Amino acid sequence: MGNGPDIHELQTIEHDVIVIGAGGAGLRAAIECSRQGLNTGLVCKSLLGKAHTVMAEGGMAAAMGNVDSRDGWKIHFRDTMRGGKFLNNWRMAELHAKEAPDRVRELEEWGAVFDRTKDGLISQRNFGGHRYPRLAHVGDRTGLELIRSLQDYGVHSGIHVHMECTALDLMKDGDRVCGALAYWRDTGRFVLFRAKAVILATGGIGKAWRITSNSWEYTGDGLAMAYLAGAELLDLEFTQFHPTGMVWPPSVRGTLVTEGVRGDGGILLNSEHKRFMFNYISPRFAPETAASEEEANRWLAGDKSARRPPELLTRDEVARAINAEVKAGRGSEHGGVYLDIASRLPAEVIKKKLPSMYHQFKELAEVDITRQPMEVGPTLHYHMGGILVDAESQMTTVPGLFAAGECGAGLHGANRLGGNSLSDLLVFGRRAGIGAAEYIRSLTVSPQVNAEQVQAGIRRATDILNRDSGTNPFVIQDQLQDMMGKNVGIIRTKSELETALGELEKFKAEAARVKAHATSQYNAGWHTALDLRNLLIASEAVAKAALTREESRGAHTREDFPGERDEWLKYNVIIRRGRDGEMVVEKRERKPGPAPLVEIANSKIEDLESGKVGADYK
Amino acid sequence: MAERTFRIWRGNKDGGEFVEYKIDVGPGWVVLDCIHRIQMQHATDLACRWNCKAGKCGSCSMEINGKPRLGCMTRMNSLPDGPITIQPLKTFPLVKDLVTDVKWNYEQNKRIPPFKPKARNADGTHRMMQEDVDRVQEFRKCIECFLCQDVCHVLRDHKAHDQFVGPRFMIRLASLEMHPLDTEDRVEKMRKEFGTGWCNITRCCTEVCPEHIGITDNGIIPMKERVVDRYFDPIAWFLGKVFGKK
Ligand SMILES: Cc1cc2nc3c(=O)[nH]c(=O)nc-3n(C[C@H](O)[C@H](O)[C@H](O)COP(=O)(O)OP(=O)(O)OC[C@H]3O[C@@H](n4cnc5c(N)ncnc54)[C@H](O)[C@@H]3O)c2cc1C
Ligand code: SF4
Ligand code: SF4
Ligand code: FES
Repeated sequence: MGNGPDIHELQTIEHDVIVIGAGGAGLRAAIECSRQGLNTGLVCKSLLGKAHTVMAEGGMAAAMGNVDSRDGWKIHFRDTMRGGKFLNNWRMAELHAKEAPDRVRELEEWGAVFDRTKDGLISQRNFGGHRYPRLAHVGDRTGLELIRSLQDYGVHSGIHVHMECTALDLMKDGDRVCGALAYWRDTGRFVLFRAKAVILATGGIGKAWRITSNSWEYTGDGLAMAYLAGAELLDLEFTQFHPTGMVWPPSVRGTLVTEGVRGDGGILLNSEHKRFMFNYISPRFAPETAASEEEANRWLAGDKSARRPPELLTRDEVARAINAEVKAGRGSEHGGVYLDIASRLPAEVIKKKLPSMYHQFKELAEVDITRQPMEVGPTLHYHMGGILVDAESQMTTVPGLFAAGECGAGLHGANRLGGNSLSDLLVFGRRAGIGAAEYIRSLTVSPQVNAEQVQAGIRRATDILNRDSGTNPFVIQDQLQDMMGKNVGIIRTKSELETALGELEKFKAEAARVKAHATSQYNAGWHTALDLRNLLIASEAVAKAALTREESRGAHTREDFPGERDEWLKYNVIIRRGRDGEMVVEKRERKPGPAPLVEIANSKIEDLESGKVGADYK
Repeated sequence: MAERTFRIWRGNKDGGEFVEYKIDVGPGWVVLDCIHRIQMQHATDLACRWNCKAGKCGSCSMEINGKPRLGCMTRMNSLPDGPITIQPLKTFPLVKDLVTDVKWNYEQNKRIPPFKPKARNADGTHRMMQEDVDRVQEFRKCIECFLCQDVCHVLRDHKAHDQFVGPRFMIRLASLEMHPLDTEDRVEKMRKEFGTGWCNITRCCTEVCPEHIGITDNGIIPMKERVVDRYFDPIAWFLGKVFGKK
């Protein structure tokens, strides 16, 4: 396919709707589309069943009340808002809390086998920021159960799966979306998907950082494609650093250690063997957090009058505390802190409850977690920010373009609670499917693909191969990760963010000269080069948003603007592409939340539980 | 950092050869780290699948010094000194380098009649006791690395892909048949279409499973017995006679 590709020779596949991404969100969206009678295509970069969702460990949050009957959707909603520092989209947080239990039950109906309570119900475990045991789980491999159940159900519901196929660009007819250009990894050939609607479910952007729990797939493709297609992006500065990633050996630095370890009683210790989290309890959470080790232990033993241990504070708080301990010189041998479960539970129980953590440390770090503490430190894990969507339908600001799962935004605000992602995928994956079906039913004419857009996309991709010489894509990616870790890390300052933006200009220039050698068949270098554009757009957008938000809230910490500023609670940071291709940042005023929801979110827990607040709101 | 030598299969369906690479290996590295370093320094177009780098997704299956293993869970210090040979899975058609075409496996999964649950209780729940789902959960740990499929001689040597679904899908069948809520009956298909009789219990699949699933003893043998209860399978019949039923 030379320089002037003829689009009539191009392989073309037509569907009513094409879902890009086959993690939990994409699969659930595709299943819904199919149920709504749409001819549905599902595209993913890897093999089916290998998306990020498969790695999720701890569980999926849903207020079913199986373990503690005091739980209910309003408490889940309140926890989500508080965890997100009140920047969440009110309606999304409400829908999520209300609908998650049904999505769990539906998964069971499709064959998922969750761990059970003594009464034979779906068991639920404790997690950071969740007031009651709320996470439906299967040991520490919940994501595998979720994705496999969806996959096994999905392949029997008439979805057309296109595996190892990477979307490059969205196609538009006027302001509407009308398909996507993609390539097959195994051959390097291009394929055009024509569709009346496109659902993005491409996950996050973790590969912009070196120390991350994310895989090679997380290069922000959906975010960048949506941006280039004109969609608005929301609150990108909120990138979650999970407090517990592995720190040793260097080759596994960043690999996740599930929060389930702390949920099941694990404690954090510094080099002086002090349980330091008691020193980092912020006023917002103090009334609901244990004041002493003795109380924390009673809570763990099931005493309902005791309060939760501080290790289960929200992720932003725990990550910052670990960061501060290490900075103060009280870190572990390799620059983390200790996570101890060995002294808390019998070896057999640890192996039963946390089998894959046991396995992971044994095989990768030669550490036996039933006898030794783990060394852990913060790792980039999740993107709360993402593509701006309508709360009900998940439609973006581009007609016909939808987004769900981690690439979308709104539900989690400034910080996501553990377990709220898996439930997010199912609740909003389904809603995106319904949204797309309604949109398609409302269309009067089918949008048409424009040949020039297709040719431009193909040319951009083939130039990388055809160039005589150029930079090694792996080297650029590596240097970018270093730079982002240094300048757009867990603690941020104006000068570092400005440095990052300056550096990014150089990276962009370098990426324009990137060269991949050999043929287009399954060529790792070419794939990495193609992903660079997206990774750079995502990196720049995060840095710009982070520079704009002059306060510290949730996962976004500005050393030069400490603490939450009430003024900033009134704003979202929106990013979109300007007329001349420049990146535009806008500080946009938020709509106030509906009064009953505001009241529930801000209530004292006793008042909510006694019905003094929110009882009439259904 | 110590220098190690790798012999990696490079090529596609039209042919190929082993190519030698030398790199410095850092502390704690696994084979997948080495492949990534080789990609960066010597062979940017080297094809290799991976995702999680923690033994959770089953993407990085390959044959390391002749053994089917996960590249991300094979520590360099567990391998003997001397050059390390890395090849793609042999049982599936080669795409390029270390990547094979595993679509056949996805087709087998589609042939298996799906889960068909019984009705919910009056209170809207399904009740199942933990001890009744332990076995099914063991099978559901499968990460679809297809290492068991690679090593099973029925597929690897006899190429009976059109007659036997292989160990991975035998335990998929077992996970459905033993699911306390399932109401479908797959026994006839197991014998006639999925080829239960082909397995002669060599246990090679169980040996390579990175999830330590008791594929043969816990999954395949009980399924063979279900078939035998209805039809005749000489091997299961013999086992039943000699060892008694499980
Ligand atoms: C180690 C780990 C543990 C976690 N544990 C938990 C947990 O216990 N509980 C919880 O709630 N959350 C957890 N999370 C978070 C959660 O797993 C993820 O946020 C979630 O799975 C994302 O799902 P998704 O459907 O949005 O995307 P993913 O599952 O990441 O899927 C993205 C899909 O998009 C495809 N894709 C991307 N770009 C393209 C492109 N250009 N063309 C075609 N396809 C493309 C990919 O191939 C993939 O199929 C964890 C995350 C990690 C990394
Ligand atoms: S036990 Fe059966 S399925 Fe497993 S490798 Fe041997 S013949 Fe194949
Ligand atoms: S049964 Fe074991 S070896 Fe076979 S595919 Fe599953 S995890 Fe891999
Ligand atoms: S990369 Fe996931 S199992 Fe090896």
